[in-house]
Amino acid sequence: MKHAVLILASVLLVSCKREERGFRVSPPSANEAMQGLRISTLIPGPHGTNDPSKGNALELTGDRGTNQPVHNDYEENAYAMSEGSRLFENFNCVGCHSHGGGGMGPPLMDDKWIYGSNPEQIFATIEQGRPNGMPSFRGRIPDAQVWQLAAYVRSMSGLASKSAAPGREDHLSGKKPESSTKTQSPKDSATPKPR
Amino acid sequence: MQNRTGTSLTLNFRLLLCIPIMALTGCSGMQSALNPAGAQAGRISGLWWLFFFVLTSVYVLVLIFTIAVFFRRHRSSLPLAPELPHPPRERRAQTIVGSAVGVTVIILFVFLFAEFATGHSLQEQPEPGALQIKVTGRQWWWEVQYQDPTPSRMVTTANEIHVPVGRSVQFQLQSPDVIHSFWAPNFHGKKDLIPGHPTTLTFKATTPGTFRGQCAEYCGFQHAHMRFVIVAESTNDFQTWLEQQRQPGREPGDETEKKGKEVFMSASCVMCHTIQGTPARATVGPDLTHLGSRPFLGAGTIPNNLGHLGGWVLDPQSIKPGVHMPQNNLSPGDLRALIAYLESLK
Amino acid sequence: MTRTSHLQIRDFKGDIPRADAEQLERVWSRPKGLLGWLVTTNHKDIGKRYIVTAFIFFLCGGLLAALMRLQLMKPENSFLGPDLYNQFFTVHGTTMMFLFAVPIMEGMGIYLVPLMLGTRNVPFPRMNTFGYYIYLLGGILLFVSLFLNVGPDAGWFAYVPLSGPHYSPGKRVDIWSQMITLTEIAALVGAVEIITAVFKHRAVGMSLNRIPMFVWAQVVTSFMVIFAMPSIMLASGVLAMDRLAHVNTHFFNPAEGGDALLYQHLFWFFGHPEVYIIFIPATGFVSTIVETFSRRKMFGYLGLVLSLVSTAFIGFGLWVHHMFATPVAELGQGFFTGASMLIAIPSGIQIFCWLTTLLTGKPQLKTPLLWVLGFIALFVLGGLTGIMLASVSLDLQVHDTFFVVAHFHYVLIGGAVFPLFGAFYYWFPKWTGRMLSEGLGKLNFWLFFIGFNLTFFPMHILGLHGMTRRIYTYVVESGWGNLNLLATIGAGVMALSVIVFLTNVFVSRKSGVIAGANPWGAPTLEWGTASPPPPYGFLYLPTVQSRDPLWSDKDSPVIVGLSNTKREVLNTTILDAMPEHRYELAIDSIWPFALALAAGGSFIGAVFNAWAIPIGAALSFLVLSLWFWRGNEPKFLLEGIQHTPSSPSHPSKRVLEETPA
Repeated sequence: MKHAVLILASVLLVSCKREERGFRVSPPSANEAMQGLRISTLIPGPHGTNDPSKGNALELTGDRGTNQPVHNDYEENAYAMSEGSRLFENFNCVGCHSHGGGGMGPPLMDDKWIYGSNPEQIFATIEQGRPNGMPSFRGRIPDAQVWQLAAYVRSMSGLASKSAAPGREDHLSGKKPESSTKTQSPKDSATPKPR
Repeated sequence: MQNRTGTSLTLNFRLLLCIPIMALTGCSGMQSALNPAGAQAGRISGLWWLFFFVLTSVYVLVLIFTIAVFFRRHRSSLPLAPELPHPPRERRAQTIVGSAVGVTVIILFVFLFAEFATGHSLQEQPEPGALQIKVTGRQWWWEVQYQDPTPSRMVTTANEIHVPVGRSVQFQLQSPDVIHSFWAPNFHGKKDLIPGHPTTLTFKATTPGTFRGQCAEYCGFQHAHMRFVIVAESTNDFQTWLEQQRQPGREPGDETEKKGKEVFMSASCVMCHTIQGTPARATVGPDLTHLGSRPFLGAGTIPNNLGHLGGWVLDPQSIKPGVHMPQNNLSPGDLRALIAYLESLK
Repeated sequence: MTRTSHLQIRDFKGDIPRADAEQLERVWSRPKGLLGWLVTTNHKDIGKRYIVTAFIFFLCGGLLAALMRLQLMKPENSFLGPDLYNQFFTVHGTTMMFLFAVPIMEGMGIYLVPLMLGTRNVPFPRMNTFGYYIYLLGGILLFVSLFLNVGPDAGWFAYVPLSGPHYSPGKRVDIWSQMITLTEIAALVGAVEIITAVFKHRAVGMSLNRIPMFVWAQVVTSFMVIFAMPSIMLASGVLAMDRLAHVNTHFFNPAEGGDALLYQHLFWFFGHPEVYIIFIPATGFVSTIVETFSRRKMFGYLGLVLSLVSTAFIGFGLWVHHMFATPVAELGQGFFTGASMLIAIPSGIQIFCWLTTLLTGKPQLKTPLLWVLGFIALFVLGGLTGIMLASVSLDLQVHDTFFVVAHFHYVLIGGAVFPLFGAFYYWFPKWTGRMLSEGLGKLNFWLFFIGFNLTFFPMHILGLHGMTRRIYTYVVESGWGNLNLLATIGAGVMALSVIVFLTNVFVSRKSGVIAGANPWGAPTLEWGTASPPPPYGFLYLPTVQSRDPLWSDKDSPVIVGLSNTKREVLNTTILDAMPEHRYELAIDSIWPFALALAAGGSFIGAVFNAWAIPIGAALSFLVLSLWFWRGNEPKFLLEGIQHTPSSPSHPSKRVLEETPA
């Protein structure tokens, strides 16, 4: 009986977070998350790895230097991720990434992450831009909206909370909605290994 | 505008009713179905008064009979002995009730024919040469685009519609997101904008003036603040306005405005807004090319002046919570310059 | 072949053996304590629960309305933000329509119809209990969700695409869909009970033309429920499928061949009959009260019955009048205008018949009749604005404005809540054995009448002056502030009136005047037994020979021969109510409660995961198997009672037996 109550309570607590409509926002502080990011040593390729213990190719120091990924609350908030999906279209991310399948830009719904799949890494990618065509949006998209986009991007490969991820959208259906996407655990970058 | 019920006696009586009603509502006939400024609304208003007077009379009659029960009541507190049926009384009552039902049927048929006549006249095809305006309802603002055979002469604006008096206007209504409803009560009834069901609405303004319209189908957080201004003016005034709207965004006049334009181009404004004649051509939010000439901001939420515009740009969420425009972090100097530039876009 | 000659119809003047009453009391009572509360299948218990629960939901919905009025009382008010206001108006509408109006009418029916028919219980007692529990579960679901910020916020009719997965993120609308399913199951259950009872369990001699008006109203409503509820269950179920992860259908997605307008058709095909489902039982209350307090037989019984039936039929042909502003074909709109005006005729006939009964009788103005007069004044006004709304041209101006809000509150509050309060004052003595105070009752009525008009009459004007529905605030320049303030003051007066009513109820329960069996001198059968009725209803089932048995044939014989040791009722024929055979009803059982948990849990789980449906279905199947297991009655309920071993023959094959004298 006690267990049932606990389970119920935990479900309810998650529901609180999922259903908030935060109009005046306070997302994880971009300033703090960005402190550990160093641009110059970021290179794609086989050396690119999310595991901080393997080599030094991606010298991310994560949340205030703790090597832990920053926790983006928006990944548990349905409104924020639906905003993320709206912005993904409005800001023309679909122009290069389609709805996750990629085109001129790499796919976002698979398990290959060239510049990292942590929330702060995605934030950095959007804010700083990347070689070969990813524009920098610093100053153009307010931080809160970048975090919403980052949460949505992670939901495209099933890394965000499934019960809060967006459902099927009211347009042509090209792929499974994010709430039904199988989780794609991030792997190394897709650049082929040297012979 | 034709007066359906004709006599001046009725007209005076109506005015008599309207005045206290208007007084209670603050004399605001600018968003009122009872203050017609167009042919269609005029016909509907005529039908309304027919229904109103007939039904009020019926109601008064029913009230009289209901109150009569009060006067026929017996004051004993214990239950009286039940009555035996009384056939002659029953037959009399049957005749009266039968007649009442007959009168009801007749009144309903009169109403039915009046409604069909009005409805038929409202559904007339728009005259050739009608002004074409495409209205797209979005959460939570109105995109208004004046159509023209030459694409470069089309005008895109937001939350503000000007129509020439005496010329038929056909609105092409559509919505890409949720159901909205376009309603300018002084001109016509409303029409729903349903995704997947584009439709049209036609009316002709007959009286100049400035009026209001509002979205009439619940469409989300800020359905309450999805209003628009509709101005009926003479053909000359209308053409002047339209020509002015066709001009690209006015160049900045002084240093402050120049700086403001730079702020606009380098901040998040360009991600969503268009100013014709500049590189800013995004279509997510309203077209700002002639923002300075609009009476309101935020789809009729706040008046358009420097103070309100500053507050809106910095923090639209505290004025219209849930709106899709984010808070913007700008330094005071940048903000001052930006709003000076935006207000200069007349 | 029934052997009716063996049925003993004995003269009432014989001595009533005491053992019968005590024995029957033992057989029909429920066990003590919480278990007894859970397992009861007595229609009076369940009826009272429906009424009390629905009234509590009425208070909750009213509180939400009061909060909304506080927000709207002045322009640019910041008492409630848009998110909270949107949840409030959605939950207010949903509560009033699904959790208050329909269940309370059903509850009145479940309590009173068997008594008015002269039988002892509803035909399917355990299903009745199940219906209540699943309704309770649906109501709890909605209000718990409101407290957790997961309250639905897409309006009580939740139009797509706003309520679809794209524009309503999260689980709010899913909760709404499943709550609909739960409450509509309860409504269907009640409908089946009432139809079966009215057709098969009437008192001997109660042919169709002797059925009380209240019962006619309930049976017509029940037929409407059966035809209307599937439409909303389909609409909400399909919406749930569009939203549910891994199901992701496209029924309402125009880009993939779906249609947003389809939802409106499905919803309003239910939605329009729904308002008649709420109104028609209220006409039953009115007819009963008018007849009793005019002290004469109802005038125009045939006209009234035909009006009810034709209202039910025509009511299914009106639904597009909720959609006149959408791009539906104009020729079709004309048809619905005609039908919407046509339905005024049966309603008019009813009003004329009631007024005639009152004016040709000897009206005694007790509180119930006061409420009925209020009903006439307000419902007719609402009905007349309804005729205005039937016209497409007028509707295009006032649709989705406060004019419509005023209209439907006049017809729903004026047309259903006023008769309901009248019914409370009328039947409270029967339910509790005590009278409600007349003084407080009159105060209650006048406060409610005045408050109601203050609140809703100005809304007609507001709507004509452009105030649209479902707005959480409005600008100063609109000029709507004064009338809104007036409306809020009226709402305060209404709240005061409800407090007076609650005071009256609580005080009268303890110290009201003792009522006796028939304090109003009423004609119908429920007043022929004690107040409150014993668990078995009638000691001997009555027979009737007229429409108003307690006035015209008080000495009509009674039925003896039903068992004292089993829960038996008498089945009679459909048209003329001649006795057919005895029928044994099920005894108290825990399985209805268990099934409500299984089925209800399944639907609630479906908010989160589609697997809840098949798992819940399997669980429900298990519970149902236990429910229908023959010989599985719990033993402790049979203590002290001589229980004849159940025979392998079906109850329907049993014939009436001679009982020892």
